[in-house]
Amino acid sequence: MAQHESTYQPNTGVERWLDDRLPLPRLMHDQVNAFPTPRNLNYWWTYGGILTFCLAVQIITGVVLAMHYQPSAEMAFDSVEHIMRNVNWGWLMRYTHAVGASMFFVAVYIHFFRGLYYGSYKAPREVLWILGVIILLLMMATAFMGYSLVWGQMSFWAVTVITNLFSSLDSIIPGVGTAIVEWIWGGYSVTGTTLTRLFSLHYLLPFAIAGVVVLHIWALHVPGNNNPTGVSVKQNSDTIPFHPYYTTKDMFALTLFALLFAWFVFYAPNYLGHADNYIEANPLQTPPHIVPEWYFLPYYAILRAIPNKLLGVIAMFGSIAVLFLVPWLDTSRVRSARYRPLYKWFFWLFVITCLVLGYLGAKPPEGAYLTFGRIFTAYYFIHFLIIMPLLGAIETPRATPKSITEDVLDKASKGDGDAGAIAGVSGAPAAPETR
Amino acid sequence: MATDQSDSTRRDFLLVATGAFAAVGGAAALWPLVDQMNPDASTQALASIEVDLEPIEAGQAVTVLWRGKPIFVRHRTEEEIKLANEANVSDLPDPEARNADLPEDAPATDINRTKKDHENWLILVGICTHLGCIPKGQRLGDKKGEFDGWFCPCHGSHYDTAGRIRKGPAPRNLDVPHYEFVSDTKVKIG
Ligand code: HEM
Ligand code: FES
Repeated sequence: MAQHESTYQPNTGVERWLDDRLPLPRLMHDQVNAFPTPRNLNYWWTYGGILTFCLAVQIITGVVLAMHYQPSAEMAFDSVEHIMRNVNWGWLMRYTHAVGASMFFVAVYIHFFRGLYYGSYKAPREVLWILGVIILLLMMATAFMGYSLVWGQMSFWAVTVITNLFSSLDSIIPGVGTAIVEWIWGGYSVTGTTLTRLFSLHYLLPFAIAGVVVLHIWALHVPGNNNPTGVSVKQNSDTIPFHPYYTTKDMFALTLFALLFAWFVFYAPNYLGHADNYIEANPLQTPPHIVPEWYFLPYYAILRAIPNKLLGVIAMFGSIAVLFLVPWLDTSRVRSARYRPLYKWFFWLFVITCLVLGYLGAKPPEGAYLTFGRIFTAYYFIHFLIIMPLLGAIETPRATPKSITEDVLDKASKGDGDAGAIAGVSGAPAAPETR
Repeated sequence: MATDQSDSTRRDFLLVATGAFAAVGGAAALWPLVDQMNPDASTQALASIEVDLEPIEAGQAVTVLWRGKPIFVRHRTEEEIKLANEANVSDLPDPEARNADLPEDAPATDINRTKKDHENWLILVGICTHLGCIPKGQRLGDKKGEFDGWFCPCHGSHYDTAGRIRKGPAPRNLDVPHYEFVSDTKVKIG
């Protein structure tokens, strides 16, 4: 839909003058205001805007924090306390930034599951999906580095454990892993030297994310949005202009999201963090129980599920790498899970798997926790590598509506929304979609 | 046509040569950017430390810092040495001694993990070979794992009384650093 005719009308002389030189207003008008958007997007589609908001919040509060923070082993921990106690509004900036990272991940995971459910990764949106996974990876790197800057016990030991992941390469080519780890550290263990470079990169990466987000949105605007039916836009009546319809819907959702965000910032700012990070880093003592931030727990569970160092690391990175292949692993021709009676169940099973892995990641790696860790790790990969390709072959999808318009109007006339029934293949009951 | 062709081969050559030159130049410019992150001269400067063993009773252990790393010094009991000798080296997850003072392929026997005539002293780099946590077992009340040596709480690695990995995700035995006995009660590490 990006190729839709431009409807921009420069009305004043200044607008016409600029339009001949840098047609930025035209771009904004065509890609934001007038952008033809499917008329049936539900609230799961509001997370793109929410994510953009999160990135902006992190960059703004982050730049402020960097004005008061000292990236050295001697000063880091104290300077964070200085921000909390002395700097005007420092507590607000820090809590917003810390809670903001969690909210960013809440939003990105919902956004991601939305894509999985509605098949938004399928042709022609593969590149869009891949850019999304790249954003996810960059977010993880950024969050990891940001967490290290506090220089508390959890910061320090998280950096130690995660950077040591690379030493597993020693078992392929002896010495290479150690060389890489010492290169990252700038020494023979994690020190202030390491902290300073993590700070430099933590400042840089969010701007790299912003760049990839631009590409992500560009790649969205070429095929246009997917929608809950998964049926492509076919006629003008399938779409409405982005403004004012979706700007309003997005603002409403954002307001609710901001309420939750604010609740955490003002009433439970430390709820999502770990108390041990209020103890200054001590290179001579590992805390009895190291846990990463909640948004890394599923990967941590996967890492620990496998009793071999290299294979554990491979499985952990593999759990993200496999996402790049999703557009080709899913062999079904139907996009939306709404019309896929089997996939729908497996989708929820997968969501549960991720939640259980998250729970196990916070538990000590022993006994039943370890056994379940292994079962669910195996299932995580089975979902993508076996179930997804297989379902395309064995599942009989329900009939999809002929168009978005037909789906919407039929639903409106029926009242309670019974999407599949219109086409009614052999009377198969359609999926009741709750709005 | 003939001149055209010879012209184009000459251009091809120039193109390839220029491209290659630019690539080499680019790589050469990149290296300082990569290498600046490696440990610098002040970090590399090797320091050695001396540890007085006198106050450490059998059954006790101390941790000292060397090159930013914790070093475990354990005064082993007869019992612990016996336990370490009971293990069958070929059955160990890592059958190599990992002793900086011995050749790389030395087997992980208890004697190869210590110094001759000083078998009661076990000196190790106290960093779990899995992902770098510091294993528990130095303090009296610590959980020492199923093999009575050290236990790494991070992901559950068990080390025995010779610091050899016995169970869990760690791939290697704890490293034995380079050290020597300056006198009967003093070692120099590094
Ligand atoms: C900083 C992180 C991200 C930002 C700011 C962002 C932003 C956006 C925006 C503004 C949209 C427009 C549609 C909508 O509102 O849903 C969108 C769509 C999309 N995003 Fe993201 N995104 C991010 C991360 C991701 C990740 C991690 C993935 C997947 C792994 C992803 C996959 C997608 C897909 C498949 C679409 C098209 C969905 C559709 O319209 O059906 N995004 N994104
Ligand atoms: S770091 Fe010791 S078991 Fe992982």
